[in-house]
Amino acid sequence: MKRQKWSGIIFVNGFLLLIVILWSIPTLGLLVSSFRVPFDIQTSGWWTVFPHREWQTVAVIENPRETLGVDPDTVMEIEGVFGTFEEFREGVASGDLQVTWIGNKRIGRVEVQEEVWTVNWDFTLQNYQTVIFGRDTEIQNPDGSSQTIPGQDMQQAFLNSLAVSIPSTVIPILIAAFAAYAFAWMKFPGRRWFFIMVVALLVVPLQIALVPILSDYNALGINGEFLSVWLAHTGFGLALATYLLYNYMSTLPRETLESAFIDGASHFTVFTKLVLPLSVPALASFAIFQFLWVWNDYLVALVFLGVDPSKKVLTQRLADLTGTFGNAWHLLTAGAFVTMILPMIVFIVLQRYFVRGLMAGSVKG
Amino acid sequence: MQQIEAKAPESAGAKLVALILRVALAVAIPLIAFWVLYQGFLFLRDSDAPKAVIVLVAIIWGVGGVAALYWIFNWLVEQLPGDWTARLQPFVFVGPAMAILIWYLTLPVYRTFWLSLFDRDGFPVGFSVFKPWTWITGIQSPSFVGFANYTNLFTERLLQEALRNNLMWIVFGSTLSVVTGLLVATLADRSKSERVSKTLIFLPMAISFVGAGVIWNFMYEVKPPGEAQIGVFNAIVVALGGSPHPWDKWVAIAPWNNLFLILIVIWLQTGFSMVLFSAALKGIPQELMEAGRVDGASELRIFFNIMLPYIRPTVITVWTTIVIFTLKIFDVVWVMTGGQFGTHVIATQFYRQSFTARNSGIGSAIAIVLLLTVVPVLAYNLRQLREGQEGF
Repeated sequence: MKRQKWSGIIFVNGFLLLIVILWSIPTLGLLVSSFRVPFDIQTSGWWTVFPHREWQTVAVIENPRETLGVDPDTVMEIEGVFGTFEEFREGVASGDLQVTWIGNKRIGRVEVQEEVWTVNWDFTLQNYQTVIFGRDTEIQNPDGSSQTIPGQDMQQAFLNSLAVSIPSTVIPILIAAFAAYAFAWMKFPGRRWFFIMVVALLVVPLQIALVPILSDYNALGINGEFLSVWLAHTGFGLALATYLLYNYMSTLPRETLESAFIDGASHFTVFTKLVLPLSVPALASFAIFQFLWVWNDYLVALVFLGVDPSKKVLTQRLADLTGTFGNAWHLLTAGAFVTMILPMIVFIVLQRYFVRGLMAGSVKG
Repeated sequence: MQQIEAKAPESAGAKLVALILRVALAVAIPLIAFWVLYQGFLFLRDSDAPKAVIVLVAIIWGVGGVAALYWIFNWLVEQLPGDWTARLQPFVFVGPAMAILIWYLTLPVYRTFWLSLFDRDGFPVGFSVFKPWTWITGIQSPSFVGFANYTNLFTERLLQEALRNNLMWIVFGSTLSVVTGLLVATLADRSKSERVSKTLIFLPMAISFVGAGVIWNFMYEVKPPGEAQIGVFNAIVVALGGSPHPWDKWVAIAPWNNLFLILIVIWLQTGFSMVLFSAALKGIPQELMEAGRVDGASELRIFFNIMLPYIRPTVITVWTTIVIFTLKIFDVVWVMTGGQFGTHVIATQFYRQSFTARNSGIGSAIAIVLLLTVVPVLAYNLRQLREGQEGF
């Protein structure tokens, strides 16, 4: 019984550890690579920063026929390793040694390599300087040629993302909070139908609205401006926000609100002084949910912000980078990490609220 | 709690006035809010202030402006006689949200549907969904094609490939996300390192699809045979004696190369299903599990015969959520392959037709198809609402 339990614990934890490692490898690879020298990224796997065994040349013997006195037409012994010429041309390994004959039989040379433990720890911050501050970099290609890659001013895109995300988070919360309060605590004609509309719109894909709204924006002349994205995210996030906040506000204790009404408080006072403070957990949950959603959004920004480079948000810049410099991994890895850093911090610090919002709102359309 | 309930019956005239005022409130607040925001934005556009200042002003202006509007309109309504306050105040609260929802989602459903009946030139001049008489004249215009866009969608290869791929996304993507999420939740529930493991598996949810695209492009990176492989996948394949391939862009194995895109979303979504399952598993009464153990049932049987039936509602919720999500999948495919190599899905075809090929007719028809695919879930939600929600 006891032994069975132990094997169970080892199985559970071992399997869990395996999944966690598998899940972390992609992000870890990105993070590690973003600090590596461009040349290293291109010529060796990022995992070579961990201790690994690598062949290193320890000796080169020029003109082995004479210096070693070996006959390439028979089986030879070089540095204690036996083999024919053909085998040595391929490289013969024995223990920690590998001996390779380079060149032809008459005037070749022999390289003796030893397998040693090593790490590739040539780290740099240059990649980040390039993507954030826009410094041009000259990188060396594996074939020896070099090319200059223009710097990427992601600092500006970072600010743009903030300018898009914060109002796109706060405005829908404000509007939805008022609506949720009305659904929960006020009586008015059409209440039922409006709520049915809210629930129905939860799953309606936003693709349905892109073309009509774009033509409205063209008519209003706000296409490609932050304002257009704020309003779009407000419109697309409002149904979920109203639904979530209604669910929370309708469970607030009835007696507390009733006693406030008896004391002569108006709906507006009860809303701002009582219901809003009591709903902070729900507001925070939705705020984090919406902030991550907007920050990570690509489609809405792509359609409404368009092509003006000075207005592009981080996801657009990163997607552009992928398109233009698909193999410039020093840019892409650092750039991707710049786009991820803020949501990751928000996520780790406020995980509890985010999880709560996720559980309440797993119906977003 | 409502002081409103004891009110005198309204006359027909008062009803009409109330209706007009209610609609006016619902429309006026967003309109004025828009105007305020627009003025602020005009001011900011013309100024040379540093970006950070502009951002800060925009935030304060935008959010503060909207809040102030609610305050002003509420104040105005409260100045009215008592019964008029009661009639109109709910619409100060709920009106703006409804007006915005109608403009941004409800009307677009109809507008997109109408657009899908015309060819790439769109509506003829003077056509409006809101003016029924133009429907007749619109139908006579040469750009009106009726349901031809839809028949084209299903007969040409255009949407067939996308539908097939979306089906693969649903079958493999959502199922595997649910299964791995459930697996991790069950394992973590029995482990001492629950918090850390869950955070690490959940972390990809904070990453944008574009970011995830870069991460996985790097995982799949391919170098010519003979050179050192820098992508994890090909490094493993080469170490095992295989030859390197551009996995997600490998046309030779189409449509199975889609699986390498689906893998990305499984990586992202497992955290989501894990969190929901984790909460559901913690809700299972311990006595139930103990009873099973006392009866000598194996852990596997307890899982399938006690735990799984208990959390069935959560499984359905998680599964439908991920299905809806995979139906709309766009960013990952767009960034990784751009829809090439046989990887187009409905949403990428929608984008390509609407914004790259500028064929709003076909694009709108695709959007309507996308909407139709979520209708079952929509109907289910509404039925739940009728059965579950008190007061509605």
